[in-house]
Amino acid sequence: MTTIRQTIKYDAERDRNFPKEIMSRHGCEKLYGCIQCGTCSATCPVSSYMDHTPRQLMALTRAGFKKEVLSSLTIWLCASCYACTVDCPKEIKITDIMYALKRHAIEEGVYPKRFPIPILAREFFKMVKNRGRVTENELAVRMFLQSNWFAMVSTWRLGLNLMRTGRFSMKPESMDRPEKLASLFQGGPR
Amino acid sequence: MKFTYFPGCSLKGSGRAYEESLFVVCKQLGVELEELDDWNCCGATAYMAVSERQAFGLAARNLALAEQKPHELIAPCSACYMVLKKTQKYVAEYPKIGQEVHEALKRGGLNYAGTAKIRHPLDVLVNDIGLDAIKKQVKNPLKGFKVAPYYGCQIVRPYADFDDQHDPVLMDKLFKALGAEVVKYPLKTRCCGGSLTGTLPEAGLGLSFHILREAQRRGANVLATVCPLCQFNLDAYQRDMSNKFEPVHMPIVYFTQLMGLAFGLDAKTLGLQRGIISIEPLLKKQEVVA
Repeated sequence: MTTIRQTIKYDAERDRNFPKEIMSRHGCEKLYGCIQCGTCSATCPVSSYMDHTPRQLMALTRAGFKKEVLSSLTIWLCASCYACTVDCPKEIKITDIMYALKRHAIEEGVYPKRFPIPILAREFFKMVKNRGRVTENELAVRMFLQSNWFAMVSTWRLGLNLMRTGRFSMKPESMDRPEKLASLFQGGPR
Repeated sequence: MKFTYFPGCSLKGSGRAYEESLFVVCKQLGVELEELDDWNCCGATAYMAVSERQAFGLAARNLALAEQKPHELIAPCSACYMVLKKTQKYVAEYPKIGQEVHEALKRGGLNYAGTAKIRHPLDVLVNDIGLDAIKKQVKNPLKGFKVAPYYGCQIVRPYADFDDQHDPVLMDKLFKALGAEVVKYPLKTRCCGGSLTGTLPEAGLGLSFHILREAQRRGANVLATVCPLCQFNLDAYQRDMSNKFEPVHMPIVYFTQLMGLAFGLDAKTLGLQRGIISIEPLLKKQEVVA
């Protein structure tokens, strides 16, 4: 069935606080300097898979399209390769803006459900908090179980290959005393 | 020459061949590595997506521990290297981050002065030890090796100060010194997909594939990397890439493994048997050439 959606916004529907909130985060100060040249989209290796290119996302953020930006797959597809940050002629730290948007989306709980990337980020966070270090294969299993356990079945060959070559961790990696990290976690994630 | 060594999680896991080869190559060159005591995960790319304050705190704890030793800190994994460098920069430049990090570390009985010197082993081996000293160790020049030097993203971007951000050359020079042929490789700093290859193969696999196809087109018979995640993506998913796009087949090694081979060190002590795509055929071919 064809769904009819509103594709153009009224000025009153914009969230004018949103760009201010984002710009108050570290590294995001220069958002308003964007000249929409598109260098970021051109240099980004993942932009061909994004729903909004980085250039579009900068424009949407600046214009207060909060819902569109936070529910966009773009922020999760950013692999943090920093190509845009290095090449931006206005020295906008686009990678930092992507991180700020990811944190904002997690805080507001608006990321796509069962989407593996934010699940990986959350599980990574928990694992480091508990043990101080990451056990890669265990992290992958946790991610698959919460996103798409069927996809895990198709990685059996990869698992076997890692075991054959001795690259699979049989026991969890941990600091000797992970409780030493406690002081870093006081005050919650923000 | 002695360094404090920050392994990071991958070098104790799927990237252990990097640690193995780094240690024997450093030993050969008279470089001593001492592992940082009870280090913690640097936070990589994932932690920053959840908590900025904690991400900087975690990385800074390692820097504070490193400052207790008189040596520079060596971080072989590109993500660790980048995160530690970024943390040092942001703690110094943003008063609020600095204040929070210092307070959190202080509560844990640590002090971070901001003086830790973070180095990458490629920088240390080529710039400090030098190509002349490296050449002196070469017993088994890498004849028949056509290497694609793949630097990946986070070693040069955005904070590295030891090589060019768009056209790094340290590995190119190094492999020539080892007697290998280095192919012209314009994708040398293109992203491999990072964690996307595992989380979202629809996008990640394509990124890794383009890196390998270009290396193949340029006539390379081996691709060398400085990063455990690049090595993993390019090595472990070749079957999936071949099924989805077109056939790719190439052994993926760490730059330290090539150094060790040229030094005449045993393939097993260099962890070369850990490659999912075997390097054996290339080694056999080299014996014939030599």
